[in-house]
Amino acid sequence: MIRQIFLALTLAAATALPVAAERIGDAARGATLFDRQCKACHQIGDGATNRVGPTLSNIFGRKAGTVAGFKYSKSITRMGADGLTWTLQTLDAYIENPKALVSGTRMNYRGMADASARADLMAFLRDYSDQPANIPESEPTARKSEPTLDPAILAIQGDPEYGAYLSSECSTCHRRDGADEGIPAITQWPPEDFVVAMHAYKSKLRPHPVMQMMASRLSNDEIAALAAYFATLE
Amino acid sequence: MTLNRRHFIGTGFAAASLLSVPMVWGQAKPRVVVIGGGAGGATAARYLAKDSAGGLDVTLIEANPIYTTCFFSNLYLGGFREFESLQHGYDGIAAGGVTIINDMATGVDRAAKTVTLAGGQTVPYDRLILSPGIDFRDGAVPGWSADAHAEIMPHAYKAGPQTQLLKSMIESMPQGGTFAMIAPPNPYRCPPGPYERISMVAHALKQNNPTAKILVLDPKENFSKKALFEEGWAKHYDGMVEWVGPEFGGGAVEVRPDTMEIVVDGEIQKVDVCNVIPGQMAGKIAAIAGVTDDSGWAPVHPDSMKTKADDNIYVLGDSSAQGDMPKSGYSANSQAKVASMTIRGELLGSNVFPAKYSNTCWSLIAPDDGVKVGASYEPTPEKIASVESFISATGEDAALRKATYEESIGWYSGITADMFG
Repeated sequence: MIRQIFLALTLAAATALPVAAERIGDAARGATLFDRQCKACHQIGDGATNRVGPTLSNIFGRKAGTVAGFKYSKSITRMGADGLTWTLQTLDAYIENPKALVSGTRMNYRGMADASARADLMAFLRDYSDQPANIPESEPTARKSEPTLDPAILAIQGDPEYGAYLSSECSTCHRRDGADEGIPAITQWPPEDFVVAMHAYKSKLRPHPVMQMMASRLSNDEIAALAAYFATLE
Repeated sequence: MTLNRRHFIGTGFAAASLLSVPMVWGQAKPRVVVIGGGAGGATAARYLAKDSAGGLDVTLIEANPIYTTCFFSNLYLGGFREFESLQHGYDGIAAGGVTIINDMATGVDRAAKTVTLAGGQTVPYDRLILSPGIDFRDGAVPGWSADAHAEIMPHAYKAGPQTQLLKSMIESMPQGGTFAMIAPPNPYRCPPGPYERISMVAHALKQNNPTAKILVLDPKENFSKKALFEEGWAKHYDGMVEWVGPEFGGGAVEVRPDTMEIVVDGEIQKVDVCNVIPGQMAGKIAAIAGVTDDSGWAPVHPDSMKTKADDNIYVLGDSSAQGDMPKSGYSANSQAKVASMTIRGELLGSNVFPAKYSNTCWSLIAPDDGVKVGASYEPTPEKIASVESFISATGEDAALRKATYEESIGWYSGITADMFG
């Protein structure tokens, strides 16, 4: 469910837009949605205070259930303590169906089914949180672009021996000992992450030209083989 | 064309059983001798030993016990690297099971399949890899010869004492003096190298000798990353660098080392430092082995790096004539992996996968202003052909250029670890 918006990004469309990331949504349309569906209970922006619901200023990057002075449901408080933080992904899932993410929430809202409407709403909400320009570690203002992968591609079992041969092309730059002296380490990644990353380069969603070139001529089997090989390289 | 991997494994085995003499138990291990311990030879020796897990007897013959990389030596000229950071020993390769011989190879007997060394030793081989880099063509620059004049007008195009000599000359140039470079004709080692060098010399002079002039005399109309370098020179070293192409005499320069003069288009000009990078050819041992042609380079089969002249001899890197790949350390490293895989397949019957080659050349123009160019390659029946390529754009923002420079440092760390262990 959390991945639905990512899944909506098709590879074909993405290939036509060789950008690192895409805009969250239309904040102006989001403002209208906020007025209609949220404002009765939530305030946002200068002078916002807690009402029926907590203020939504600075929601991005905030741990769930932590606005000072607001009395939360036990469910939200517990999920916050367990590590639920509001990001593009988690907030999207919560707005889509609050009780599916936090079953005991008191938020009496039926949910918003339309993914693009949620995206617009989040684009509006995002304007009231810390911006990366000011605080580099704050939440991104754009969606990470990850390609949609056919589950069959992720399911391919790579051949580590073939991967060992193919890896010789990687180790001209990436050190086999996993040291990062200016070029990232690629050893011991979970194979799924490796496969997703390589397909993001292959489809030119990720921007690095050398990696795009390397990935562009690797087949699905070859990417799986490399993932299998590097996952186990010590 | 999409090729199925199993198909290749199948043909790999078939080719191996048809073409090679299978190893017989009780017989000595097949011997592979590698001449030249640079980006091609060091990588090949290390990968042959590593991937054959003791199945091959691998010997690396290299005259210098310590290798100085030519790549990144311009950064030493610019003051961005210590000289020692360019130097690498062979202990890591020896630890991987390779026999290292510090001697100069002086002869190859192709009928007997032996290499003779300056020290008198004879080394037998089943397969021979030559990766001897470059040598300079006699008479390429009128008035200059490597033996007689390299101490006065250094080439600094084989890294080592020549590089240190050029740096000391730049540092002791008189204020407002002139640095001249005689740039080489195609093909030559490291296409962007001369122009990265100009950038690094300009950077060094800008600090301590800001009124100095740099004159580049070039026989080529165009050169690698020309737009990027020209943009960078105008931005960082405005008015300092004058590039003279063939139209204005850049291609017909005579040098007079005794009087530190150069003659361009009939006009005599006094210079303070002169860096002569002459026309080039394959390292001498390739010609001695008889695997070069009239071009001075060694033609090889695009799918294996095996020479067209001898099925038992491979040539890697700068010395080879293979098609579209530039003569670079990265290319040599890439070619070494294909050659060692092919040789293991022939001698041990191991899998031979389809050849893939690649190259990227990073250049530093000024502090934190790095650019790159690269391509991927595949063998066609005629040559190693470029498949896809990229190049940095002019007008890129500073953060990207800085990231490119930092990436190049990572690449140096990566490729030297890949070569030397």
